[in-house]
Amino acid sequence: MNQPYDIVIGLEVHVQLLTASKLFCACSTRFGQPPNTQTCPVCIGMPGVLPVMNAKAVQLAVKAAVALNCQIARFTKWDRKNYYYPDLPKGYQISQYDLPLSHDGWLEISDPKGRVAPRRIGIIRAHLEEDAGKSMHDEAAGRADSRIDLNRAGTPLLEIVSQPDLRSPLETRLYLNELKLLLGYLGVSDCNMQEGSLRVDANINLHVHTAQGKVPTPIVEVKNMNSFRAVERAMEYEAQRQYEHWQQTGQRLGDVSKQTRGWDESAGITRPQRSKEESSDYRYFPEPDLVPLTFSPEQVEQVRNSLGELPAALRARLEATYGLPPYDSDVLVNQGRALADYYIALAETCGDGKLASNWVQQDVLRTLNEQQATIDKFPVPARELGEVIRRVRLGEFDTARGRTILAEMLASGQPAAAVIQGLGITPVDDSALDELCRELLAANPKIVAEVKEGKLKGAGALIGQAKKKNPNVNPNRVRDRCLELIQGM
Amino acid sequence: MAISRAEVEKVSLLARLLLSPEELDRITVQMGQVLDYMQLLGEVDTSRVEPMAHAVPVCDVLREDAVRPSLTPQQAMANAPSSDGECYLVPAVLGF
Repeated sequence: MNQPYDIVIGLEVHVQLLTASKLFCACSTRFGQPPNTQTCPVCIGMPGVLPVMNAKAVQLAVKAAVALNCQIARFTKWDRKNYYYPDLPKGYQISQYDLPLSHDGWLEISDPKGRVAPRRIGIIRAHLEEDAGKSMHDEAAGRADSRIDLNRAGTPLLEIVSQPDLRSPLETRLYLNELKLLLGYLGVSDCNMQEGSLRVDANINLHVHTAQGKVPTPIVEVKNMNSFRAVERAMEYEAQRQYEHWQQTGQRLGDVSKQTRGWDESAGITRPQRSKEESSDYRYFPEPDLVPLTFSPEQVEQVRNSLGELPAALRARLEATYGLPPYDSDVLVNQGRALADYYIALAETCGDGKLASNWVQQDVLRTLNEQQATIDKFPVPARELGEVIRRVRLGEFDTARGRTILAEMLASGQPAAAVIQGLGITPVDDSALDELCRELLAANPKIVAEVKEGKLKGAGALIGQAKKKNPNVNPNRVRDRCLELIQGM
Repeated sequence: MAISRAEVEKVSLLARLLLSPEELDRITVQMGQVLDYMQLLGEVDTSRVEPMAHAVPVCDVLREDAVRPSLTPQQAMANAPSSDGECYLVPAVLGF
């Protein structure tokens, strides 16, 4: 890259935690229910109510923080962030200000295609807070009012703030992919952007290379990005826009206050939004209605031991144990733990890790895609498919026949042995193969002569004839045996 | 004076309170008196006092993650100035 600047990006990611009830009350957190059917006096901010902290939300937050290599605070407290907005019924959000529950961690990113070197992206902090409600305005209908649904108000969120360590739009997407995967493996969040359970705000500026050294440009916060791809595109657009803006105005960091811009997906551009209130304008102060939380080193250790195998470790294991290239381990692990487990069972049964990986990527994933299903709905058990692949590996039949068998297993739901028998597939033993090849050579003296002259193409015709005589023969074995026999003639 | 008129104006904006110029004058004086009185606390020597996060010496109060029935929309919005039966209605929220 020869661009005359470095891109500097830091992300604020909010993920919804997988609890059944809200952070401070017993209302359900289920998505997609009719408006205002999941509220109570606590989450709609009636006078005199008191919040009580959800133990599961705390547990999930600590789990995520430990997996992000963060320090867990011995002592953490709650604060009120004050602002007026119709979807915030109390007039303040309960969040964490100066003593967050975790700080100073990192997440390692890597690119299976090798475009960026693996490295650690710093995490400044990860803290718990409550979500606001949802406001809807139907401009097309020309309504005078906005409509407020408070079902989401009080849902537990984990805010994960990265260091400004990301150096390109691609790295930004890799970071988000890895974060989502990690939180999915932990069962902390489903990170579904369509349902709003993962939201991304990005802070971006440039360090422009000049004769006087690197000059930082004003920081811009970009909001309203609805997919990881949108984040990547917005960062690409914004870097170019800021460079052009710098060329026109020469504005540096500190010359103007931080700007907030919104990503317009269809136009492919960012537009200015209202200026953000300064941090001090939120008038944070300690939340008097909630008592602080403490964590002992023993508790943190217990959480650490409960994490299980995380994506990075699982990738390394697949590469070490089954000889997979990084691209394969990445594809398999990125599909989630259940698919990785299916792959492992397959590799163990068939005895060839790379072959099992090819089958998962080409056949299993394609079928799942076609059926819009996940691996837990895949009707063929790993040991059954593994057995088919094992026999392909041993040369009992070729890959094409293996695929036919899998298709029949998917269609009929029968086990491998029954399908193989039903299709009349029986292994051809060495003497039968030998006999067949000798017959073919005797009947095709012209081809034999050609092959002797080094025109190996002719062997293809022999395979065709062999398959006609006995559909169960393995083409590769026919070819190899025929060439062997011709050489000895 | 412990607080300026401009500061009161800013705080009133953050609190979404529209004050007339006369009210601003009056409230600046009143808030100043309140703050002056609170200055009394500044006379206490706190150099050897640990900052505290909470007035009650209790920690780690948690509840189990269990769902209980919510209010019906009718109950929840019974006192709302305006609603359409499904949602609260508020003056148009635009540009955010």
